[in-house]
Amino acid sequence: MIEERFDAIVVGAGMAGNAAALTMAKRGMKVLQLERGEYPGSKNVQGAILYADMMEKLVPEFREEAPLERHLIEQRFWMMDDRSHVGMHYRSEDFNEERPNRYTIIRAQFDKWFSSKVREAGAIVLCETTVTELARDGRGRIVGVRTDRRDGEIHADVVVLAEGVNGLLGTRAGLRARPTPDNVALAVKEMHFLPRETIEARFNLKGDEGVVIEAVGTISRGMTGMGFIYANKECISLGIGCLVADFQRTGQTPYGLLDHFKRHPSVAPLIAGSEVKEYSAHLIPEGGYKSIPQLYGEGWVVVGDAAQLNNAIHREGSNLAMTSGRIAAEAIGLVKSRGEPMSATNLSVYKKMLDDSFVIKDLRKYKDLPPLMHTQSENFFLTYPQLISKAMQNFVRVDGTPKAEKEQATLKSFVKARSWTGLFGDACRIARAWR
Amino acid sequence: MNVEPSVRVEDKLYYNRYLVDVGHPHVKVRAHKTPSPQLLALLKACPARCYELNDDGQVEVAVDGCIECGTCRVIAEPTGDIQWSHPRGGYGILFKFG
Repeated sequence: MIEERFDAIVVGAGMAGNAAALTMAKRGMKVLQLERGEYPGSKNVQGAILYADMMEKLVPEFREEAPLERHLIEQRFWMMDDRSHVGMHYRSEDFNEERPNRYTIIRAQFDKWFSSKVREAGAIVLCETTVTELARDGRGRIVGVRTDRRDGEIHADVVVLAEGVNGLLGTRAGLRARPTPDNVALAVKEMHFLPRETIEARFNLKGDEGVVIEAVGTISRGMTGMGFIYANKECISLGIGCLVADFQRTGQTPYGLLDHFKRHPSVAPLIAGSEVKEYSAHLIPEGGYKSIPQLYGEGWVVVGDAAQLNNAIHREGSNLAMTSGRIAAEAIGLVKSRGEPMSATNLSVYKKMLDDSFVIKDLRKYKDLPPLMHTQSENFFLTYPQLISKAMQNFVRVDGTPKAEKEQATLKSFVKARSWTGLFGDACRIARAWR
Repeated sequence: MNVEPSVRVEDKLYYNRYLVDVGHPHVKVRAHKTPSPQLLALLKACPARCYELNDDGQVEVAVDGCIECGTCRVIAEPTGDIQWSHPRGGYGILFKFG
């Protein structure tokens, strides 16, 4: 069966790979998808939030079938110092809608379901198969893959590299650079199980309503990083991630950071009495627009995390992954429908289509923010959160000090910590990078 | 004084499911006399604490608890200090939740 030739081989069964395989199989193409895990999802890690709009474009009826956790009705941003947090919360009844916009999911379960749709559409999905190498012809074009399951090559007109942030094939073949410590973050996460009523009481939820907390501040100890707490039905995903370069520079341990975050007085009551059932870790692409590699070539395209398609500012990744996978598949379908070869020139239509989508438009908008956050991490993740916490305490604590004096003291603390030029410079830098 | 309770990574790894490919470690450390700064960084940066110093002051890796995140690859593969491959199909960490 495997001796035959395929229209396309998809490496990886995450969001990008599944989107690509599904889209091509639905067009009637002969698709082979290879996944190294025991089942699709068994190697995949995410927070995780699913974005309905992008999912609907792939499986319109996913809400009736897919294993979803909670639809999000509330977003909390926390700026933390060691004993406090200053929060901005947005909760709206508008999110209790017929077709909710965002859901929490558990990736191992969701991906298994997603893959069942890929199979239904007619693709062959082979698990427990690690692709070891890309196969080239005499002219250097990619013509297929080699795996650890059998000798010889499996051939296809095009290979879709959906191998994830740590994908080896593309980097070994020289199609893109290996991620560097300053353009990937390492996140560690635990799954905390609690009775569903307990979660609903602690997070002020009813039914399948969900909430997301994202937190920055002294929890990352001056490193560029973020903590997160996602409410699922019967468990809480809790984790923290920081730039790999920062871990390397500071010698902080990821698990030390995680346990410190869990013990924070604002966090500990949320998970008290829980049973932990898994500890995971994963890299997250953080380099933004400037770290996007060459996206296509002779007989290949790269999609999702492998192509660094992640919006670190909005913490969106899986939607960029599934959209890039779908668009790459549509581009391949277009080339095929014209009866043309999968050459770099023809496949460049993938990049054109991606450039016109929100994926590249959003990443381009924030192209200067990742470098700014990465070089100014002590100010943005340590100094300002502490100053803002003090300012808030000063504002709410009633102790007989006249308000004018309180305001003076707050202003002084900012100027002392960052100086007028520093404050002005930070404001300008953020405004310019955000624009 | 803020004394931090020590974190036992082994306790965390105990929650996880693995299928260990005995005799086929997917990460290897290059033989060395004195570890490079990159290798030393792995002692702290690896989230599963797979890297340890031996009695001779060299860095060793035990991949049984590896979560396959790739952090060590990003830090120490460019210098040639380690070799990183994916485990054979089906082996390694098997996430229940992910």
